[in-house]
Amino acid sequence: MKYNLVCGFETHIELSTDTKLFCHCKVKFGSEPNTNCCPVCIGAPGTLPVLNKQAVNYAIKMGIALNCEINLFSKMERKCYFYPDLAKAYQISQNDLPVCGKGFVQLDSGKKIRINHIHIEEDAGKIKNESDGIYVDYNRAGVPLIEIVSEPDISSPEEAQEYIEKLQLTARYLKISDAKMQEGSIRCDVNISVKPENSSKLGTRIEIKNMNSIAFICKALKYEYQRQVDAIESGEKLIQETRRFNESRGCTESMREKENSGDYGYFPEPDLLSICLDEKEVNEIKSSLPEMYDSRIKRYIEMGVSEKIAKVLVKYVNVSDFFDKSLKNCKFPEKVANFIVGSIFGFLGTESKKEDFDISVSPEDLGRLVNFVSENKISMASAKELLVESLENNSSLGNKISEFLANDKGFDLDKVCEECVAENPGAVNDYLKGKEKALQSIIGGVMAKTKGRANVAEARKKILNLIKIQSK
Amino acid sequence: MRKSNSVIKKIHNALVSRKISCFELVSWYLKEIEKSDLNAFISVTKESALEEAKKVDSKLERGEKIGLLEGVPISLKDNLSTKGVLTTCASKMLSNYVPIYDATVCEILKKNGTILLGKNNMDQFAMGSSNETSYFGPVKNPHNKSKVPGGSSGGSCASVAAGLAAFSIGSDTGGSIRQPASFCGIVGLKPTYGAISRYGLIPLASSLDQIGPLTLTVEDSAIVFDCLSVHDPRDETSSRIKIPKSFEHLNDKLPKLRIGVPTNCFKGSDKEVYDSVENAIKFYEKLGATVTHFEFPELDSSMPVYCVLGRAETASNMARYDGIRYGYKYTGKYEDVNDLMAKTRSDALGEEVKRRILIGSYVLNSGYYDSLYKKSLGLRKLITDKFNKQFEKFDVIITPTSPFTAFDFDYAHGDPVKMYLADICVVNANIAGIPAISIPCGYDSKNLPIGMQLMSKNWSEDFLLRVSYAYEKENFFAKIIGGVQFEI
Repeated sequence: MKYNLVCGFETHIELSTDTKLFCHCKVKFGSEPNTNCCPVCIGAPGTLPVLNKQAVNYAIKMGIALNCEINLFSKMERKCYFYPDLAKAYQISQNDLPVCGKGFVQLDSGKKIRINHIHIEEDAGKIKNESDGIYVDYNRAGVPLIEIVSEPDISSPEEAQEYIEKLQLTARYLKISDAKMQEGSIRCDVNISVKPENSSKLGTRIEIKNMNSIAFICKALKYEYQRQVDAIESGEKLIQETRRFNESRGCTESMREKENSGDYGYFPEPDLLSICLDEKEVNEIKSSLPEMYDSRIKRYIEMGVSEKIAKVLVKYVNVSDFFDKSLKNCKFPEKVANFIVGSIFGFLGTESKKEDFDISVSPEDLGRLVNFVSENKISMASAKELLVESLENNSSLGNKISEFLANDKGFDLDKVCEECVAENPGAVNDYLKGKEKALQSIIGGVMAKTKGRANVAEARKKILNLIKIQSK
Repeated sequence: MRKSNSVIKKIHNALVSRKISCFELVSWYLKEIEKSDLNAFISVTKESALEEAKKVDSKLERGEKIGLLEGVPISLKDNLSTKGVLTTCASKMLSNYVPIYDATVCEILKKNGTILLGKNNMDQFAMGSSNETSYFGPVKNPHNKSKVPGGSSGGSCASVAAGLAAFSIGSDTGGSIRQPASFCGIVGLKPTYGAISRYGLIPLASSLDQIGPLTLTVEDSAIVFDCLSVHDPRDETSSRIKIPKSFEHLNDKLPKLRIGVPTNCFKGSDKEVYDSVENAIKFYEKLGATVTHFEFPELDSSMPVYCVLGRAETASNMARYDGIRYGYKYTGKYEDVNDLMAKTRSDALGEEVKRRILIGSYVLNSGYYDSLYKKSLGLRKLITDKFNKQFEKFDVIITPTSPFTAFDFDYAHGDPVKMYLADICVVNANIAGIPAISIPCGYDSKNLPIGMQLMSKNWSEDFLLRVSYAYEKENFFAKIIGGVQFEI
């Protein structure tokens, strides 16, 4: 029998708001343990949360981008459970009335992955096992998260990957999170089950919590699919449980069941007011959204950029923004794109550096450079050199361009050609003897002397003329 | 002009006229606290108090003006966070807890120059009506040391009544300001929910908790209320509307009062309490008020609603005390972190606290959520709406504060419900969020104070205090038993 994979995601995205969800501590990472917290985020008795409006706006942005209904009335609730990283012994989250309702993510195939809802909640601290004991670091406590809960519509590892990548990209385009999996700013809980191809009844599902690598998610899905199919085929009974993905062994393994899991004693957070929005606010947010990646791909292709390169450009929001800015005073999108994907990417190397796209070259300067190349004022080779030099020296490309132009006194093509013909009597002779190729070395000489700026066809014409005169 | 009974004004005048130095005044209070056997204080901040007093004195010596509250020695209920000063909630759990920040009210009082004498004993985590659940032992009633002072702000009320502090600040979740104020013969105001910032008040039930002044007189209550009732951006539930000032309007002419008297609130009352409150109501009639006795049956649901909603919030508010970050930590052997939390909590939380956590957890269990929590939320709305309706007909609703006067220790004797019923009249105002005040209206035959409760619509504290003051001017029953006395 054939089985289908059935998979739903709960995706947590850390919001890059200025401050935490309920206090004035900055949202930043990498500080010394327990230095980026205050009485509120460590849950000191008597402290009260005050909801960060920016976090609500960010959640709404995501909701709009994922085609969700926006709830004009929503509520924060307490989710009660004991864990040392949870200072108040309840997480302030949303339950009955989340800020965003039903929506969907459309895959390239046209298939829609339905979103059940998006809610806002606070992150917990981090437990650290050290050689001399177990410690808790509350720096992360109170960092705003959104949780995007999908319906079980994902039916292959490839779809899972595309879904997660789309969420990442959306968050980055909205500039609500850097959505870096390896750094934990986007994390997934994955629910997995299998069902016979023609059955509508869902199988017993398992959950894998806190996955933070797309590669591992895909591996876990493949492994679970096979494990569950094998179990069903051999008549084994699957149990609903939480499993962990063992990264080194590449398989999932059962975790001890948490007691009373599921009964979190949710109730409305009495310390916070309900979140009341009006249509106007939501519309304002809607109209403030940036152009998203799908629309940018279309636009780039219309400009004459190849589909392949267009897709590479939009993969990184900073790159796409840079590209658009470069074209403000430059009408050669294809050339600009080639410089970015060629020289600049070559210089940056890693994915994360491409994502950050933190370079010394300004988009305006790149546009200028391309203009000069197009006007034959700077050769392609020199342009590449100038660009790479600026990147490597972490200096301004604009200055480099000005310097280059100031030192460049131009050239007289007639004179250069005369020189080259005079300096290469051998080649002239060879050519006259019928060796067509000999002409190349003379043209090469012209290009070298003009630093590549000479028009090859023109140079060729002039050289032939000179040889003709000489041979007469 | 009538001579004012305000303790704050008397102290202010004495300081400004240099009849007494602030240092002498504070020393006097500290000496009385030391002498007292009421057990009203958990900690005394002697050194900082004397230090602050000296500052006030040098200011006066330089001829500088001081504010009305500057140099006034006060005490605070021990569930208000005081930076650097032990804040125990009268529990073993927080017996070593020193907050790293000040509650907003403490900040305001400091800014106004009051001098903190110490932190008051109370029922453990404010759970109780007799001050008997304190880990530090019960407080005695200054009027009769064999009686309880009421609770949970028992230590605060006893301090004010015994002249151990000029005034105190308490908290009221289901009567914890008004009931002990009535037992100790002083004035206790529970303002509208949101009138005073709760930031820094260690919560009992967050949607019901409200901070308020405990004072000897209505005038003092108005002064302190005016000072504390400002918006605080750190508390989302703190009011954004400007709350009318009350002190400067205490003597304004009252309109012809329409008084409502819900008869069902008098049903379980002792005869002497009943008569005293009815007498007080007659006084208002003499001033021209119309009095209507009416049935208010919805109030019979207040106590059950309070128990369900309050316990649910309490259970989650108490959950953070796990021995990991602060407070008491179990020192014996434990298996894992869950075991550590369980042993710490079993050891350090009192019986009443545990009882309420159990009830609250039960209420929030998904299986009972609809039949208990949701239903109670609905009833709460109904009661609130009914109160609003009543306030279209009446300017003020009057009941006894407590059905009886201060009782003996171990009165409930293991029957928690009997204890809960001591708050039957006061709990309504917390459910509806409305302001309510208890003022002394006489003494019973055992010479124990009787309190009358007045309630009015939201944000009308200025009016409520004016109505109270109209009574107090002609019927002054409060008195300081021992302690620091000012000629009245």
